[in-house]
Amino acid sequence: MGSNRFQKREVRWWHSLVWPVAGLALLLVFNLLFTEGFFRVEIRDGRLYGVLIDILNHGSKVMLLSLGMALVIATGGVDLSVGAVMAIAGAVAAQLINKDGLPFPVVIVAALAVAVLAGSWNGLLVGGFKVQPIVATLILMVAGRGIAQLITGGQIITFTDGRLTYIGNGSLLGLPFPVWLSLAMLGLTVALTRKTAIGLFIESVGDNQTASTYSGVNASTVKFLVYVFSGLCAGMAGLVAASNIKCADSNHAGLFLELDAILAVVVGGTSLTGGRFYLAGAIVGALFIQTLTTTMYMRNVSADIAPVPKALAILAVCLLQSPKLRGQLGAIFSKKPA
Amino acid sequence: MKLPVSARYIPLFATALVLAGLYTLGCVSFDNFGSLRVLVNLVGDNAFLGVAAVGATFVILSGGIDLSVGSVVAFTSIFIASVVEKGMNPLLAIALALVLGALFGTLMGLLIRVFQLPPFLVTLAGMFLARGLGFVIAPQSVGITHPFFLERISEGLAIPLNDRVSIPFTATCYVAIFLVALFVAHYTKFGRFIYALGGDEQSATLMGLPVARTKVLIYTASGFCSALAGVIYTFYTQSGDPASCVGLELDAIAAVVIGGTLLSGGVGFMAGTLMGVLILGLIQTLITFKGDLNSWWTKIVIGMLVLAFILLQNFISSLSRRVEKTS
Repeated sequence: MGSNRFQKREVRWWHSLVWPVAGLALLLVFNLLFTEGFFRVEIRDGRLYGVLIDILNHGSKVMLLSLGMALVIATGGVDLSVGAVMAIAGAVAAQLINKDGLPFPVVIVAALAVAVLAGSWNGLLVGGFKVQPIVATLILMVAGRGIAQLITGGQIITFTDGRLTYIGNGSLLGLPFPVWLSLAMLGLTVALTRKTAIGLFIESVGDNQTASTYSGVNASTVKFLVYVFSGLCAGMAGLVAASNIKCADSNHAGLFLELDAILAVVVGGTSLTGGRFYLAGAIVGALFIQTLTTTMYMRNVSADIAPVPKALAILAVCLLQSPKLRGQLGAIFSKKPA
Repeated sequence: MKLPVSARYIPLFATALVLAGLYTLGCVSFDNFGSLRVLVNLVGDNAFLGVAAVGATFVILSGGIDLSVGSVVAFTSIFIASVVEKGMNPLLAIALALVLGALFGTLMGLLIRVFQLPPFLVTLAGMFLARGLGFVIAPQSVGITHPFFLERISEGLAIPLNDRVSIPFTATCYVAIFLVALFVAHYTKFGRFIYALGGDEQSATLMGLPVARTKVLIYTASGFCSALAGVIYTFYTQSGDPASCVGLELDAIAAVVIGGTLLSGGVGFMAGTLMGVLILGLIQTLITFKGDLNSWWTKIVIGMLVLAFILLQNFISSLSRRVEKTS
């Protein structure tokens, strides 16, 4: 009996990937036919270069964010502060790396610790004080950039330390380092949530908090932990973002990336109402968004107009997820054969 | 036992207290802070935020959220600036912009209601869409040289108080719109429907209230208010800029929360939002007067205030639950 239920779960897992993969494939086919040089990949100095590699590289920030965001959304919440937390983590790292005598690991650990602290703040508000997630994380979203500005003294802090710039620009076995970082985090998150009971707890809290509380799940702690994890992911993404451009820009680091992360999670099949999450789907969703963005750049669409197709993508995905529309479509298709 | 009626007003009193405290602080600390000019500018400079916050109050009272506010303001401003510079009658351009804003809101409301989509996502898409469409109209800011904007609005319609200070037209607009909103929220059926919807949608439906119509109309009103804020913003800056007002929706939501409106809907006052807007403006003014404080303190102080008010509301609602239990 147990294996039977397990199989059911497996089926659902693959099923959730069908739509995002189909969307991604559609975009890639479009580019194969109409965008010249999209699939060209070459090896220079032992690392791969090409548009596809760029997509993986630039998409890794949203991939990292979407892992944390998927868990938060699974509890029925949302984390709007990830962009601001990215800015804070980048600011801390840039400030500390320029201080002589601090060992490199300390810099990284400090930046991630501050991000975790920011996440625990959100977690405390949502889990402890029962503040609505949108509002609780809105506070840090507004105030977070101010905090990052305070850390950097309002300036853009540049750095040249090779180890820190490696995080965003280095390559390992031919692929950019951020890609490996995202994959490692995906592996870690999957192991943590699917090989232990944590994933079940998260989904049960999102599905029905009252029922899960009566079954002995500590909903407050579960919520607290997912926001902490989201903070950690945002911290890593912040390090990658700062390292990419070799400076900490408090105003623009991670700006609007929270929206991309939410979109990636939703495209990946996770419903905003909570109760289920699909990590692989979120990763594919992040790649879908990055491919969409890159496609527009390659087709000379101005970066300013780029939000329009993005908005249409959100609406299309929402409508496809809407049970009402699905019901209506289902009715049409089931009538046809008769 | 029901909670004493006054409990509903506690957040409102707290807001008034903060407002009075900040104003007193300013007057004590700086010589010219109490002058009429500062007071008039406080209303005039924050008029567009205030009008946007009026729309946000309706939406939040109903238990929803509208993230498209800033983008719609920017879209309206660049739309008006572009078509007026191309030779369209300014009044016609303004009317057209208002209709577009209301239509945009209606469309979002329909998506939310008919397909049962979360308001958060739909208005997020609306935010991207309006922002991008603004850039489609004109990629850069457009200055307005039409005499209607330069002379009529900024000089002709300003109300002089004495020989040095006059009330700008934007402030007059804001006060007028606020009074209309106050009337709609507290003295019309539509206003009562909004409160009922925010209090408990299921009960509202069972009571036979027109929930579907109200829900769509709330977003229509919000879109209209955003467009109106855009018009006032255009008066204020005498130009249109597709990149302006990024994050204005957050300021508007912050003003609503500081004004004592419950984010879960159903409880709140239009007057609270007015005070919330003035508090945000006062913080800005204080930091400008101080001079040596960096402008990002504004964001941190606003964040802390929002937090304080949310915790206050939490405390009050848990208190009221306890009162209900013991009875």
